[in-house]
Amino acid sequence: MPNMSPDKVKMPEQEPDVRNKNFLEVALGYTPEMAQEEAKRCLQCKNKPCVAGCPVNVKIPEFIQHVANGEFEKAYEKITETNSLPAICGRVCPQESQCEKLCVRGIKGEPVAIGRLERFVADWFMQNSKPQAKSIQKNGTKVAVIGSGPAGLTCAGDLVNLGYDVTIFEAFHTPGGVLMYGIPEFRLPKALVQKEIDSLKQLGVEIKTNMVIGKVLSLDELKDEGYKAMFIGTGAGLPNFMGIPGENLNGVYSSNEFLTRINLMKAYLFPQYGTPVKVGKNVAVVGGGNVAMDAARSAKRLGAENVYIVYRRSEKELPARLEEIHHAKEEGIIFKLLTNPTKIIGTDEGWVKGIECVEMELGEPDSSGRRRPVVKKNSEHIIDVDTVIIAIGQSPNPLIKSTTKGLDTHDWGGIIVEEATGATSKEGVYAGGDAVTGAATVILAMGAGKTAAKAIDEYLRND
Amino acid sequence: MYKIVKKETLSPAVKLMKINAPYVARKAEPGQFIILRVDEFGERCPLTIADYDREEGTVTIIFQEVGQTTKSLGMLEEGQDILDFVGPLGVASHFEGIKKAAVIGGGLGTAIAYPQAKKLHEMGAEVHSIVGFRNKDLIILESEMSKASSKLIITTDDGSNGTKGFVTDELKKLIEEGNTYDLVIAIGPLIMMKAVSNLTRPYGIKTVVSMNPVMIDGTGMCGGCRVTVGGKTKFACVDGPDFDGHEVDFDEAMRRQLMYKNHERQSLEDHKCNLGGETNA
Ligand SMILES: Cc1cc2nc3c(=O)[nH]c(=O)nc-3n(C[C@H](O)[C@H](O)[C@H](O)COP(=O)(O)OP(=O)(O)OC[C@H]3O[C@@H](n4cnc5c(N)ncnc54)[C@H](O)[C@@H]3O)c2cc1C
Ligand SMILES: Cc1cc2nc3c(=O)[nH]c(=O)nc-3n(C[C@H](O)[C@H](O)[C@H](O)COP(=O)(O)OP(=O)(O)OC[C@H]3O[C@@H](n4cnc5c(N)ncnc54)[C@H](O)[C@@H]3O)c2cc1C
Ligand code: SF4
Ligand code: SF4
Ligand code: FES
Ligand SMILES: [Mg+2]
Repeated sequence: MPNMSPDKVKMPEQEPDVRNKNFLEVALGYTPEMAQEEAKRCLQCKNKPCVAGCPVNVKIPEFIQHVANGEFEKAYEKITETNSLPAICGRVCPQESQCEKLCVRGIKGEPVAIGRLERFVADWFMQNSKPQAKSIQKNGTKVAVIGSGPAGLTCAGDLVNLGYDVTIFEAFHTPGGVLMYGIPEFRLPKALVQKEIDSLKQLGVEIKTNMVIGKVLSLDELKDEGYKAMFIGTGAGLPNFMGIPGENLNGVYSSNEFLTRINLMKAYLFPQYGTPVKVGKNVAVVGGGNVAMDAARSAKRLGAENVYIVYRRSEKELPARLEEIHHAKEEGIIFKLLTNPTKIIGTDEGWVKGIECVEMELGEPDSSGRRRPVVKKNSEHIIDVDTVIIAIGQSPNPLIKSTTKGLDTHDWGGIIVEEATGATSKEGVYAGGDAVTGAATVILAMGAGKTAAKAIDEYLRND
Repeated sequence: MYKIVKKETLSPAVKLMKINAPYVARKAEPGQFIILRVDEFGERCPLTIADYDREEGTVTIIFQEVGQTTKSLGMLEEGQDILDFVGPLGVASHFEGIKKAAVIGGGLGTAIAYPQAKKLHEMGAEVHSIVGFRNKDLIILESEMSKASSKLIITTDDGSNGTKGFVTDELKKLIEEGNTYDLVIAIGPLIMMKAVSNLTRPYGIKTVVSMNPVMIDGTGMCGGCRVTVGGKTKFACVDGPDFDGHEVDFDEAMRRQLMYKNHERQSLEDHKCNLGGETNA
């Protein structure tokens, strides 16, 4: 008998005014009982609409059936047939616009909590399974993966399982990409990402950190070193600024810089860790995506009194995951919607003291179908802040492109690939993730890593 | 891990280290830098590549102990390891067609200027070097600079060695004596680079300065290192660190360098406490 409750089984969470002072994970995860109860809300639909909403087509009803039966290990195996990072996706996928969007239970009431169940299964497996030494038949062919974000990690994992000698080259001192330097600890514990990386190493993937490809080695030099194929998963790390006056004042950060200082360099543990971050008392975060929410919630946790999200469209258009918006509000983040910054104001010594904004109203729909915000007359006003964090998006870093002959890219920097394979204009070189699409999602990056791994295998077999 | 194969003290607070880093050594060029992290608690610290030996696979750094990170680095000894060492970063200096150049080094800036002087000298250019220090105890790389230059002038603020006065006075003299330079390279404190740039502007001498803003990744990913050059925002780690001195907004750069002053003091004090604690234990 299915559980016909219209609501998801609630996820235990830290209380908002406790958690907005620490960096521990906000959502605490289901117990086995909660998971089984939620799993029973799934109707096991014959046509599986939910599966079509998942970019890697996780076998959703099948794994949920296993959860309902208490067969957690089998559930894990089912999920990992198509998704190699379920503990991460269960936490950060925008489920409401993917798998859960198409769930029939969502027509009347809340959809099945597919993401939470996926997270439960992955966490259960990490705690309860015993690592088994898997023996893989090696084929002796070397493949290089550049960048260790979700795209690179997934591609490397699939290739090593196919027998290739895989080396990942990572620019930073720590692998993991945005999972390590961007998404904060309170949303995605780093120990968990580390576990995924460690299990890749156990399978034999070699990770060379501190290697900025394009600087220390070019793609052609990698080829000379015997790598028969390459995957570029270098992400979209180039921060966009607004081009308004005052952006170089002291106290203006890109979200990348602010979050890198905090997550990767652990500035929240300064001075035990050597990297400082200056948070200030009143903070404006410009933008409305996941990155903006993460920056705002991090600033709050580091002691800022008032943290504003300044976003030029309305609540409906906020691109962040619903759960993050909801969490941000609970934690006391103040939303200044339909508000657009025009200038950052500084003191005589060059420190931020305010941000000048105008109010917007929604006009006619633009090419993206969203109503275009237009400036309201005489609506200029100043918000008093001492820190401004710009979180209006990132573009692919031009480093690889500028140092690689024959690699075609779009004007905006994205690497051009054949969609079905990830093949670039350069023989034997594949690409995927944010480096190709511009800033997108973890699951899409993973999917691209998988697609490319398959294509690389086919390419090398026919070689 | 990157082994320290050689350590030397050049002046009381300035040390030289040769680091085993074969990949970096293979590609390094004058004008480029590395970023290192001493240990897992460490910040990412940018330092210029002072020299390299491709055969030996080593990279030389010269650093002044100014705060917590550089002091911890200075405490490491030969045979010990540095946790992270990434490079070469930044754009290499371009010297095509330079026949005669003046290289100005201010204090530690001399260490950053040295590989450029050496490269120019090796290319057959005539190099006049003017290096300034506060007093004679702080003089570094005198013999190296002298080998790389056909003329070397040392100034000290107090006259305790060489000429008393500023590097700009000496440069002005050389220019007025009729020396025509294709290029002036000025590396040192921002205030010095600004003064040199202001001096050469009316003469129309191309002047390159090396900008050292606070950096973190060094790969163009954070924008923390932005400097305004010719009215445009540039990222010093990928567009520089060398820029046209006549175009740089030095006043903004000076302000931006003060961003973490209070944190830096706190970090250093905390570090001293920790050291005290260790000796007590
Ligand atoms: C703050 C923040 C929050 C986010 N929240 C979510 C969320 O909740 N849900 C979601 O689905 N998505 C979220 N995203 C987006 C998601 O993280 C990205 O879409 C995803 O990480 C892209 O993966 P990737 O593998 O393509 O690149 P990245 O994760 O960016 O990894 C690229 C890696 O390549 C390395 N690299 C770059 N250049 C070089 C080079 N030249 N040589 C060697 N290595 C190089 C980088 O250092 C990095 O480690 C968020 C992003 C940010 C920044
Ligand atoms: C491209 C580049 C090349 C450099 N080359 C050399 C060199 O060859 N030798 C040398 O001695 N120094 C060099 N520096 C400066 C050196 O990085 C700083 O002195 C060092 O980071 C100070 O760290 P600290 O913790 O010891 O001192 P702190 O007390 O933390 O800082 C002292 C001062 O150093 C600067 N600084 C601090 N952190 C950074 C950072 N992350 N990046 C840049 N500057 C910072 C600031 O102006 C600060 O006020 C270079 C800097 C750059 C950007
Ligand atoms: S991977 Fe993401 S989209 Fe797919 S089922 Fe899991 S949570 Fe949903
Ligand atoms: S659509 Fe919802 S109820 Fe139907 S199978 Fe998928 S998860 Fe279960
Ligand atoms: S140091 Fe981050 S962009 Fe230059
Ligand atoms: Mg420091």
